Amino acid sequence: MPLLDVRDLSVTFERRGTRPVRAVDGVSFTVEPGQTVGLVGESGCGKSVTSLAIMGLLPRRGNKVTGEVRFEDTDLLTLRPKDLRDWRGRDIGMIFQDPLSSLNPVIPLGVQVAEVLERHQGRTRQAALREARELLDAVGIPDPARRLKEFPHQLSGGMRQRALIAIALACKPRLLIADEPTTALDVTIQAQILTLLKELVDDSGTALVMITHDLGVVAGLCDTVNVLYAGKVVERAYRHDLFAEPRHPYTHGLLQSVPRLDVDRGERLHQIRGSVSDNIPWPEGCAFAPRCDRLVDDCIGETVPLEPTFRGGALRCTNPVPKEVAV
Amino acid sequence: MSDALVEIDDLKVHFPIKSGLLFDRTVGHVYAVDGVSLTIAKGETYGLVGESGCGKSTLGRGLLRLVEPTSGSIKFDGTDVRALAGEKMRQFRRRMQMVFQDPMSSLDPRQSVQSLLVEGLKAHGLHADAPTRLKSTLDAVGLPASALSKYPHEFSGGQRQRIGIARALVLGPELIVADEPVSALDVSIQAQVVNLLGDLQDSLGLTYLVIAHDLAVIRHISDIIGVMYLGALVEEASADQLYSRPLHPYTRALLSAVPIPDPRVEDRRERMLLAGDLPSPANPPSGCRFRTRCPWSQLRCASERPALRVFDDSGQRVACHFAAEILSGKLRPHEVRAELVRPDSPGADAGGELIPTQPDLPTQ
Repeated sequence: MPLLDVRDLSVTFERRGTRPVRAVDGVSFTVEPGQTVGLVGESGCGKSVTSLAIMGLLPRRGNKVTGEVRFEDTDLLTLRPKDLRDWRGRDIGMIFQDPLSSLNPVIPLGVQVAEVLERHQGRTRQAALREARELLDAVGIPDPARRLKEFPHQLSGGMRQRALIAIALACKPRLLIADEPTTALDVTIQAQILTLLKELVDDSGTALVMITHDLGVVAGLCDTVNVLYAGKVVERAYRHDLFAEPRHPYTHGLLQSVPRLDVDRGERLHQIRGSVSDNIPWPEGCAFAPRCDRLVDDCIGETVPLEPTFRGGALRCTNPVPKEVAV
Repeated sequence: MSDALVEIDDLKVHFPIKSGLLFDRTVGHVYAVDGVSLTIAKGETYGLVGESGCGKSTLGRGLLRLVEPTSGSIKFDGTDVRALAGEKMRQFRRRMQMVFQDPMSSLDPRQSVQSLLVEGLKAHGLHADAPTRLKSTLDAVGLPASALSKYPHEFSGGQRQRIGIARALVLGPELIVADEPVSALDVSIQAQVVNLLGDLQDSLGLTYLVIAHDLAVIRHISDIIGVMYLGALVEEASADQLYSRPLHPYTRALLSAVPIPDPRVEDRRERMLLAGDLPSPANPPSGCRFRTRCPWSQLRCASERPALRVFDDSGQRVACHFAAEILSGKLRPHEVRAELVRPDSPGADAGGELIPTQPDLPTQ
């Protein structure tokens, strides 16, 4: 049985006087225990909203969330906010993109780590702080005893992100959701954090949902990758399959448009026409069609279903990139 | 090699750290750029890479005298830029223009594209033939003529960056300093802008100084690449040479840290992880600045600051005492313990206020 089973999740933002925006449009995916699943896409594709919806962190007003988010046997979407709080932090941990804005600037770091343990495991402040010190040590923060008393602004960006990981992993959750955990960091620090995440996930058997725009990060970390475009999963594949044979024109184009360090530099980069915000002139059909090189008549007019391929993969395309052409 | 357009010699940009209630006492300096010498040849692209806080943006701004350098000389096409004063300098700026990172914050939201582009022309007395200039510039960056009457918010990120490029281009500059021109853009849009920069260089014979943190992008567009660490160049080589034979330990670490979108490569790669963070540029380590994180550091590195020297016939320059020994494998790496880096030390704090640095974020 999967640990997390997201079925047909949709999020619509509604504001009086404006057209409703469907940020997430029927996203389904599963996460097995101990597995690392990637959600990849560009800005506005709905990857962050998906993670917020799973955790019940979207604002109460102004949006409509439908579908199911099953964590083992429980549908998280049906839980009352009060009950959901018991799950968050204990069974599901989350790491956000910007560690400075997700840590409280006026509370010492130690207290912020300890409060998770106090809330969920009923520790006393003293015991929780002792454990917090071990946690900070485990995520590679030097001199943890002194760091406990310090405030977030006294730490560098990489250290803050480590502290956030310590908080997320304090209760040994079975699922960790990381939303762009390294985007705000420099490459050398990014490499440190990714290595740390990999080790922690391998050691503790925690399942990880990795949300990122960076295909390189996905390649090194994830078992299965979901590529999102305009709120829909357009391609899902085991990572070796995805990078060796991307079938969706969007995935294919993305992989070709990134300059790579390990191949000779070519003259020009492959580019995808237009931009994500290009309006889709048709209500049904493929959202990528206006930018697609492989556009056929069938792409427009009817909704393209997500068809299963092989090895647990899936593809939403009427005219996919043929296998032999793929890079 | 063609003629040099820009020659920078021992350029230093230091920012004073002020403290005190009544009197502003200078209590120290942030050594943002500390002795950089480089040459940019006409029609070539020089790429500057480094992590945030290494001084690459300050170097670009110092070159255009958007921040006043502390010392050193800048020669542009034979003219000593630092000796130009007032009106002369203002007129000279037509020949060197800048493209900024975030097109949303570098374009005035209340100015139409026409007004944005004409502003520069007026400042330089070139507005007589404005209509033809505007049209050809918009053509060059791939925007329709109808864009003129629109405002920045009506465009997508990639198009906004095209406006930013058009604004620099309209004056007919010889040098364009592009500070993180694609890092705020989505991957699929990055390729469009990178290609555009290349096309413009081919058709107009422009010279670029491109500043970026993304090594893959830099390698794609640059002829010569300089790697900066804590205010100084640590290595300089042609793009292919740098990637096939990195000499400086920092360059090696940078290259091995870049994730590659291919699982087969990622699984096999040997990573060289750097311990700790960038030291404070207000209080740089003695000797070699990289020694606190360098797995090859020796006693000599602490006492003597390595100069940027020509390594061999290829023209590759490196600032490391032991580059040859490391390359031949004679010197073995050792364990490095992460040292505490305190952003709350007086220097870093003051520096943080002086240079409002944007984290290198792609848009979310």
